[in-house]
Amino acid sequence: MLEFDDIQHILLTRAPALNGRYEFLSFRDPAGGRAWLAAILERVQSVREARTSVGKDKRWVTVAFTWNGMRALGLDEASLATFPEEFKQGMVARAEMLGDTGANHPDGWVGGLASPDLHAIVILFARDTAEHGRCQSEHQKLIAQCAGAEVLSTLDLQATPPFDHAHDHFGYRDRLSQPVIEDSGEEPTPGSGGPLKAGEFILGYPDEAGPGPALPKPEILSRNGSFMAYRRLQEHVGAFRDFLRRHGQTSEEQELVAAKLMGRWRSGAPVVLSPDKDDPTLGADPRRNNDFDYGKMDPKGYCIPLGAHIRRMNPRDTAANMNRRRMIRRGATYGPHLPEGAPDDGAERGIAAFVICASLIRQFEFAQNVWVNDKNFHELGNERDPIIGNQDGTLEFKIPKRPIRKKITGLPSFTTVMGGAYFFLPGLKALRHLATLGESRR
Amino acid sequence: MADQNDWTKPQAMAIPKEGYFKPEQGRYGPIFPKTPACYGFTIIAKIIVGREPVFYEYAKNIETAVAGQPDILAVLKLHYLRWVLFPIKGETYFMYQGIFDTDFDKYTEDAVAIFASTGLRTVFENLEGFPKDWQTNAPAFIKFLREHQRPSFLEYGEYPFVSADEIKKALKLKASFSQMLDQMQ
Repeated sequence: MLEFDDIQHILLTRAPALNGRYEFLSFRDPAGGRAWLAAILERVQSVREARTSVGKDKRWVTVAFTWNGMRALGLDEASLATFPEEFKQGMVARAEMLGDTGANHPDGWVGGLASPDLHAIVILFARDTAEHGRCQSEHQKLIAQCAGAEVLSTLDLQATPPFDHAHDHFGYRDRLSQPVIEDSGEEPTPGSGGPLKAGEFILGYPDEAGPGPALPKPEILSRNGSFMAYRRLQEHVGAFRDFLRRHGQTSEEQELVAAKLMGRWRSGAPVVLSPDKDDPTLGADPRRNNDFDYGKMDPKGYCIPLGAHIRRMNPRDTAANMNRRRMIRRGATYGPHLPEGAPDDGAERGIAAFVICASLIRQFEFAQNVWVNDKNFHELGNERDPIIGNQDGTLEFKIPKRPIRKKITGLPSFTTVMGGAYFFLPGLKALRHLATLGESRR
Repeated sequence: MADQNDWTKPQAMAIPKEGYFKPEQGRYGPIFPKTPACYGFTIIAKIIVGREPVFYEYAKNIETAVAGQPDILAVLKLHYLRWVLFPIKGETYFMYQGIFDTDFDKYTEDAVAIFASTGLRTVFENLEGFPKDWQTNAPAFIKFLREHQRPSFLEYGEYPFVSADEIKKALKLKASFSQMLDQMQ
């Protein structure tokens, strides 16, 4: 049975929030960090709490730590040594393999995210702006009371209009394909595959390969925890719209180019189920909008190009061991909405998202290294993910079409990585353990 | 710099002692380069004394497994695999050499999964130093492979850099043309 009382809510629930704020923290001394944690952990909801009161709650809080952060709280070296190598190294050290080079290099990251002084993140999801403001002010007071705990940087999140469905700044509907965990009480939507063993996402449970790997020590620290890869991805909305205009004479043609890049129309309708024109009703229907495969329905990519974003992020029946590569995604958009037709104002806007998984190297890093940034994915030769891959203007995007395919050369970069980090997302008992590290030593 | 797009011109490539030209990290360690003979590995390890018969039995098992399920190894993007036993000063060593189309680092976990789900596992369990907990500890398995990998210092390709998929496509095309010509008779 999953321990819903101990697992942080973000792993299994999606808060009905329109606003949010991430605060990135640094602890100059262990006692200050622990004092902050002892206070904030009372506000961190478990899965059970969040599910019970989701209708009336106005805010949802999540706390996670970098490896350096757990050391800064006073965790002993023997325990620190038991964490996986990639987590210990951190996202910055893994940059080249992740494709974070050139414009995406950590040298250009903002908010102190590339610094070893990044120790913790507190994630606030708020139902509305008033609650966002209230929580921000409360947290400011808390930080002021905890000598040695300081805020490195912050990022405010807000949904982009229209607010009736989740989507990014490019206009693509989001949250369409998420794995479901066995015994979580959720049912997968058609086409999403069966429920997966909890150990794929939560430490301390059997996974799809068996009883699960050796866990970081002590057990109270790792049980019901998970790992979280944070990505702050700037979306170049002006460049994206210019690109669509360059490659489509009419708005219908432009929508088709956008759909080919993603593999879904911006409404969310999968191109394989609606090849020639958009079908917004299909896009909004969770019983139908994820119910497709590639191997049988589109093996050559005539509907969804072999290099399209969704084909890379979830190759479905065209990759081996898919059950060991799945990831939970959470996050939100940030920055001002750029109205359709308005020139790019230069403001930073994008998505700030978390990939949650039991093994960063097997799940997140594999997806980045092999699916997103391998130029030879599906034998494509000179392509990377057209939306989130590392694009330097020298690569292409091929759109299979009878009798002759269309090849777009010199694909521009639609996104830039502005920051990232690896966090450990402890269970609630583990948060208490970390908050009382000093006491247990006395 | 080698021309990776001209399959008509055979190429040889001398490789530095380290096994790579410039250090580039994959998920589990340095990446070995693509050569005219594509990607590959050569794993050499000592076998546990007296276990030779297991290897010959294993060979029969693999033959049967591939015959029963020809795409069993498809995910590994292979051209060829070679398994060799040979003696050094009275001790038996095992060499496992593969030629394939993705770098050493990318599909290692998939390889471990295939080993776990088929009879492919047995041969490694008879090597000295192989981690006993490999089924739940893929990183330990991968570390063993990397520690026993001996990089090439020279590789040659008669049709350089061509992938197995491209070769299969060309053969399919040839077969289709033959069929077309048959239809024209």
